[in-house]
Amino acid sequence: MANREYSFYPGCSSQKGATSSNYLTSVQSMCEELDITLNEIPDWNCCAASIGYGSGGVLPRLTLSARNIALSEEHNPGQDIVATCAACWLSTREASERFDQDKQLFAETNEALAEAGLTLKNDAPIKHMAEVLIQDVGYDEIQSKVKKPLEGVKIAGYVGCQTNRPFGIAGESYENPKYLDKLVETLGADAIPEYEKKVQCCGGALAFSEPEKSQEMIKGIIEAAYDNGADMIVTPCPLCQANTEIYQDQINERYGTKFNMPIVYYSTLMSVAFGRSAKDAALDGQVIPAKKLEDIAAK
Amino acid sequence: MSDMNTAMVERYRNNFLKEVESHVEEGEWVKMCMQCGVCSGSCPLGNAWAHPPQELFMMIRAGKREEVLTSDSMWMCTSCYNCIVRCPRELPITHIMHGLAHYAKRLGLVPKKQPTNEFAEIFWNNMMKKGRVNELKLGLSMYFKDGFSQGIKNALANQKLGQSMMKAKRMNPMEIIGGHGIKNPSELQKIIQKAQEIEDKKLQGAN
Repeated sequence: MANREYSFYPGCSSQKGATSSNYLTSVQSMCEELDITLNEIPDWNCCAASIGYGSGGVLPRLTLSARNIALSEEHNPGQDIVATCAACWLSTREASERFDQDKQLFAETNEALAEAGLTLKNDAPIKHMAEVLIQDVGYDEIQSKVKKPLEGVKIAGYVGCQTNRPFGIAGESYENPKYLDKLVETLGADAIPEYEKKVQCCGGALAFSEPEKSQEMIKGIIEAAYDNGADMIVTPCPLCQANTEIYQDQINERYGTKFNMPIVYYSTLMSVAFGRSAKDAALDGQVIPAKKLEDIAAK
Repeated sequence: MSDMNTAMVERYRNNFLKEVESHVEEGEWVKMCMQCGVCSGSCPLGNAWAHPPQELFMMIRAGKREEVLTSDSMWMCTSCYNCIVRCPRELPITHIMHGLAHYAKRLGLVPKKQPTNEFAEIFWNNMMKKGRVNELKLGLSMYFKDGFSQGIKNALANQKLGQSMMKAKRMNPMEIIGGHGIKNPSELQKIIQKAQEIEDKKLQGAN
């Protein structure tokens, strides 16, 4: 099997001591098992996420992504760019498409990049890790790596917003994407195809600025998982993961609920199913422990 | 930016649609709205908007400049992109909402203490300082944005959350000194400053 190589944009929240450092740990373990090499874009910067529009105008905001693409093209030539964070992927791909469609914008961003001697060619395809897994690797190859099937674990696939809209995964619908459920089944766990909150918004950045409004939505996401008999929720997005996991205590206080629902990444599931240790799967990074995965990892 | 606001009022007089088309991100799409309301019905925070997107579009066409630009409605956008993928006329609604919010900010018309505006500004300044987000400082700036005593109250209310994040090694108190960043932030700042200059020139020159 061929080794696959990508130019990797890990993003701010994946860094050591940041909210999704556990995501990066499990992605690295998953990629080792799948023989995928991730070449980090040297000196990448923040993409401004989905809240950058407030202070940043169109050109300053898109130029942040232009710098990352330019650095990737210079240092990792010919490699597709892959991001694990939904907002990183969205911002970078959106910037790339805008530069394609608007030649003036493309010229202007290059004028700005020239201040640091950089040039954007804008040739590199921008992918989310989910696309790499589904389109480049494929379910069959993933299944062939499963050493410890996640038998008896019922998992609600929470796709969220920005991995799904506006770009999404080719061939999947916006209203009912199925790839996460298929992935769950591929790993030997039980999916919940009728999980009705799979594309519900968690509030995104507004979890910080409008906590009551966001937590009302998060409550619905968790509640539906319980109603469907889920043992845990899986998501491909770092902000979805954090928002749905870390506010459960505050939601319990506000609404009198008793939520204690583990929220994991697809890479957490895959690392465990591929036979990696609890540490390699970053199970120690859970605020709400995923006990059933810990048991399988210890087997 | 109230000088710029006065200049824009002078320049566009009664044609707010033209102003939006010239200066708001994807503003040229506004006239394409057919008032079906799918966007408003699809918005996860729909009930929090004084004027949902479809209404904002009609208000723009009706020249209700002040009501639109001083509204906090577009600041309720969570960037979920539901409206974009459902709009039968394929208007990039999320981007137009971002664009309206940003334009209102440029003109100094955002309601005081609008929390998402405040967060957006804290986020942008935090990120630009070192080229990468410092999550610890981001959180603390948000807690303390309304002064010291409110900050202490906020920090205490979130104490348990912070402790569990530190235990999971997903929050690092050492980020308060230094923290992550790119090699040469001043180089990135120069790039973005240049981009800002180009954009400002367009704002002043367009008609």
